[in-house]
Amino acid sequence: MALRILSKSFLSQRLATPIRHYATKKYTSSHEWIEINKDVATIGITDYAQNALGDVVYVEVPEVGARVEFDETVGVVESVKSTSDIYSPLTGEITAANSDVVKNTKLINRSPEKDGWLFKVKFEDQEEVNALLDEADYKKLTESDH
Amino acid sequence: MAATVARTVLKPRQVGARLMATGTSSSQRTALYELHKNHGAKFGPFAGWDMPLVYADQGALDSHLHTRKHASIFDVSHMLQTRIVGKDRHRFLEHLVVADLKELPVGGATLSLFTNPSGGIEDDTIITQQRDSLYVVSNAGCADKDLAHLLKHAKIFQNEGADVEVLKIDDHSLIALQGPASQKVLEQLAAVDLSQMPFMTGQFIDIKGVPCHVARSGYTGEDGFELSIPTGEVVSITQALLENAQVKLAGLGARDSLRLEAGLCLYGSDIDSTTTPMEANLVWTVGKRRRAEGGFIGADVILEQIANKGGARRRVGLVIEGAPARAHAKVLSAEGEEIGEITSGVPAPSLGKNIAMAYVKRGFNKKDTALKVQVRNRVQNATVVKMPFVPAGYHKI
Repeated sequence: MALRILSKSFLSQRLATPIRHYATKKYTSSHEWIEINKDVATIGITDYAQNALGDVVYVEVPEVGARVEFDETVGVVESVKSTSDIYSPLTGEITAANSDVVKNTKLINRSPEKDGWLFKVKFEDQEEVNALLDEADYKKLTESDH
Repeated sequence: MAATVARTVLKPRQVGARLMATGTSSSQRTALYELHKNHGAKFGPFAGWDMPLVYADQGALDSHLHTRKHASIFDVSHMLQTRIVGKDRHRFLEHLVVADLKELPVGGATLSLFTNPSGGIEDDTIITQQRDSLYVVSNAGCADKDLAHLLKHAKIFQNEGADVEVLKIDDHSLIALQGPASQKVLEQLAAVDLSQMPFMTGQFIDIKGVPCHVARSGYTGEDGFELSIPTGEVVSITQALLENAQVKLAGLGARDSLRLEAGLCLYGSDIDSTTTPMEANLVWTVGKRRRAEGGFIGADVILEQIANKGGARRRVGLVIEGAPARAHAKVLSAEGEEIGEITSGVPAPSLGKNIAMAYVKRGFNKKDTALKVQVRNRVQNATVVKMPFVPAGYHKI
């Protein structure tokens, strides 16, 4: 009897443990990375992208508070020779934009997948997240690009 | 499930237009291709050639800055080199270009223009007066066109009994050594004092014992030399130059930002078959005697425009606030009326400003005129400035 009570309470204890959310990293075929943390996604361009672009000299990021649709142009990253639009991979609200990277564009070349993050979106549609590429698929994409 | 949208953020809206121009169906490679590869070059197609854009050791921005501070080597072997010989070579070539070739001293070099019957520009070129020939260098993107043009008219002249022949130089490769350190670097291999060699002159000099044609000219606004080297020796001479710690290889990426800062036109972007010398602000290339006598293709249109300050538009330099403006961006008057278009634009590495060349309606081209440029969905302020954007570093004796 004690055992059952014990095991019951043990079980309920386990259920009461908060489920850990690990940040998931996803990608787009347009070379953006998306780090999902609960319902907020942090977005930037991948190392592959910054390598292909070359030295970044100009960056535009979206305005905080703006509502964006999936695939809407929300910013731009420019090198000396080229201009690349940044598209939002998710529909939702911009909750943050990296002003550091606008002032110090070299951050994107030096740390494209960490300090060079561009903006954060509070997204609404889990389906949009599920449609993004996972790391293995993205790797395949970049390898085939040679 | 992969995203269905295939468009890439890296499909650049505007890579330098000429960078993506294709020429012949199969890409050509210069004699330095393997050397470029060994230095980790990223290649791109240009005028039918696989040319290095940038190398592993530094990005295009640093390469640009290095050229202005030290020295860089550019492989320009894809450009067309021709030699014109014969007693009647001056009369012949003067029919096709605006230069005064009789006045050009032996060893002298000049920028000139191939013209068309509408008074437009078919190519720009550097012509050097050699003792018994004219040495002509013109753009890779116009190589087939220029050679056909030269040969066609040479034949006409020959049929009339003229003594002239056009020879394509196939056995020499052209490299450009550019930057303030160029003279000292080249002197190490040439064993001659180059301090008395003026800008825009050419002569035969032995480099590492190899006879080469050396022109003190370039496309960067800095002191420098364009070296025409027997192709069998171009790799070893390039490697020898690279042994100097001040010298680095540079690709087309840096080449374009350097030349734009120097206010130098890119054929196909800033000048083309529809732009006249008057519109392009290149009337200075038309020799004084040529203005009086004419005698070149399109002279009637060109000389009339010079006499009457004609031509509907003018090429200007702009400095633009905000985001960089690229080719085809619209130029507006201060009141918002569309008055022109940008032909080349770049965030200038040496200036920290956005610069551009544009054609604007005549009347809006005066220095300091306040204009506007449309970049994406924004209108940004711009000002007309005199070029070059960066002061020239040409060699002064």
